[in-house]
Amino acid sequence: MPSDKFRADKTKRTRTLVLGGAMLVVGLALMVFGWSTPTLVLAAKAVLVLGGVALVFQGISRLVVAIRGKRIDLLFTLAMIWLVGLCIVALLAPLLPLGEHNDVAKTLLEPTNMSPKLLTDHPLGTNNQGLDMLSRSIHGARTSLMISLLAVSIGTVVGGSIGVIAGYFRKGTDSVIGIFTNAVLAVPPLILLIALSTFLDPSLRNMAFALSLLTIPSMVRLARANTIAFAQREFVMAARLMGANRFRVMARELVPNVILPVFSMAVVMISALIVAEASLSFLGLGIQQPDPTWGNMVAEGEGGAMEDYPHIVLVPGAFLFLTVFAFNLLGEKAQQRWDTRSAKL
Amino acid sequence: MNQDNDLVLEVRDVRTTFLTPRGPVRAVDGVSMSLRAGETLGIVGESGSGKSVLGRTVMGLVSNSPTTTVTGECLIDGRDVHTLKPNQRRQLWGPEVAMVFQDPMTSLNPVKRVGRHITEALRLHLGVGKKEAHDRAVELLRQVSIPEPVRRMTQYPHELSGGMRQRVVIAMALACDPKLLIADEPTTALDVTVQKQILDLLASLATERNMATILISHDLGAVEGRTDRVAVMYAGRTVETSRTSRVFNNPVHPYADALLASIPRIADDPHTVLRAIDGSPPNMLNPPDGCRFAPRCRFAVDRCREESPELRDLADGTDDTHLGACHFPLLPARQEVG
Ligand SMILES: Nc1ncnc2c1ncn2[C@@H]1O[C@H](COP(=O)(O)OP(=O)(O)OP(=O)(O)O)[C@@H](O)[C@H]1O
Ligand SMILES: [Mg+2]
Repeated sequence: MPSDKFRADKTKRTRTLVLGGAMLVVGLALMVFGWSTPTLVLAAKAVLVLGGVALVFQGISRLVVAIRGKRIDLLFTLAMIWLVGLCIVALLAPLLPLGEHNDVAKTLLEPTNMSPKLLTDHPLGTNNQGLDMLSRSIHGARTSLMISLLAVSIGTVVGGSIGVIAGYFRKGTDSVIGIFTNAVLAVPPLILLIALSTFLDPSLRNMAFALSLLTIPSMVRLARANTIAFAQREFVMAARLMGANRFRVMARELVPNVILPVFSMAVVMISALIVAEASLSFLGLGIQQPDPTWGNMVAEGEGGAMEDYPHIVLVPGAFLFLTVFAFNLLGEKAQQRWDTRSAKL
Repeated sequence: MNQDNDLVLEVRDVRTTFLTPRGPVRAVDGVSMSLRAGETLGIVGESGSGKSVLGRTVMGLVSNSPTTTVTGECLIDGRDVHTLKPNQRRQLWGPEVAMVFQDPMTSLNPVKRVGRHITEALRLHLGVGKKEAHDRAVELLRQVSIPEPVRRMTQYPHELSGGMRQRVVIAMALACDPKLLIADEPTTALDVTVQKQILDLLASLATERNMATILISHDLGAVEGRTDRVAVMYAGRTVETSRTSRVFNNPVHPYADALLASIPRIADDPHTVLRAIDGSPPNMLNPPDGCRFAPRCRFAVDRCREESPELRDLADGTDDTHLGACHFPLLPARQEVG
């Protein structure tokens, strides 16, 4: 009977709803308790908080199933919320009522190395100069995202065009480009970056330029391989027969097809570049203090600071981790959807 | 009216040789043919016999290059495709000659809407405006019997079935009203039921538009009853050509005969045994001397292995020509024995 089935569905739904809600509440309680109980050792705190996070996660999943009637990719949704949120606050950072992020002169009266305390002026604490960690992390996000997005854009446009040209014209052009890309790939990336940093001053623009060098060779290869595959399809021949010249074939027939796999690769590369940028800053080769980046913030934990004030490292570390993780998820999704191997045609 | 002016296509002794690292491949080796407006020619032969290369050479898609040599003449509307400059050749494509490819999966651009495929051809060649191109494209889709043409215009190729896609490809080819249409195995990639529809569509479009058509196929059934004349190709050469019914009823070349015996035909007695042709097509890098079919021919004698037979008229007495390249053409009496 349909009505029976409907009723059974409904009770099942209610049960999921209640269970999900309970898990959510318990999880939240665990997290808050773990976070705010000062007597606990760090390990116990971490276990409680992580357990709470897991419960909250499960709880939300169930709630969504109960309310919307179908599953969503919660992890992906959360990752996207994180990314969008981060991008918005990073963009608006100068306008937001944040603490001081780089001017030490203004923080003479602020507490230094203060631990994170929600609901204070410094929810994520301060560093050894009294600069606000939240503000620094957000300004760091601004720098990191700006550099890696800029670098990926340069890499995609330059590498993609070179690759399409190599793949379409083949012959001499292709060999020359092949030698060039192989040469760049033969140099270990970190060494290349360190070498570049000896004669480029670490400005945002130069960093983006240097990092884009890392992305160009793989972009060239990807675009070239895809161009070769598509150039053999008969629609290219058909386009020529319709009177399209070589340039038009390249721009109108090949590029729109090659752009999707290249684009999904670009998304994957963003996270790699965020890590690369952080590594350089950590080594002191990137953006210099007192301007914050996640890498140079982590570096502040050197020399014993981390043992005494773990949040100095954990806060930027967490930002870095979550962002890279989220971009990886996004890249994976993009590749699933756009890469030629899984494409229908 | 001068008869020669009527010729849409005239091909004289065309040879296409690919220079490969392993040696020259003579994919087309001395083929001649001519076609009048409204006439349909079928080209049949086994895989690798050079049908596609011939089609592409006629179009000028295969042309002299560092790795390719083309000799002979391909006159489309009196102009030799191979002596034209690339941009002049481009002007032939579309209004003079168009092509339908084998695989409708790959002959449409997956990221372009159906409509744009056709409107682009119209706008590039005829310079018509956006609105007019759209209207004409809808009309073309209607002519190739695509239901709901207006809605199809905005769909992407993957939303269409194989048969529908091939119809779109045909509409594209017809966009500039070509005088000659070359269809290279237009139905090989399609379901059997759809194959017939597409072939019939091509035939009726050719009649309607008085368009010369070359139908390339390895399927004799596709050609029978739909073409005026047929040319049988073997290893880059024409071995037999005549009116389609003549070739089907009275093949003179043992290869054509064997090819016919290898397909089921409705006219046959239901218990006819189908025969496969023994052996495989010759290696084009190193074709045999003499008649190229000799190694597989049931009737071959020493002369066949030494002396290459010329294409000559074997239609004794009748008005029709019936060209065959065989030293010992099959005569009706001998066919009964064989
Ligand atoms: N670009 C090329 N370079 C070298 N050899 C080629 C090239 N194109 C075709 N060939 C050779 O020319 C010969 C004829 O090929 P073609 O494609 O015309 O055969 P076909 O009759 O169309 O066969 P099918 O029925 O399989 O389409 C083959 O032996 C093929 O290997
Ligand atoms: Mg072919």
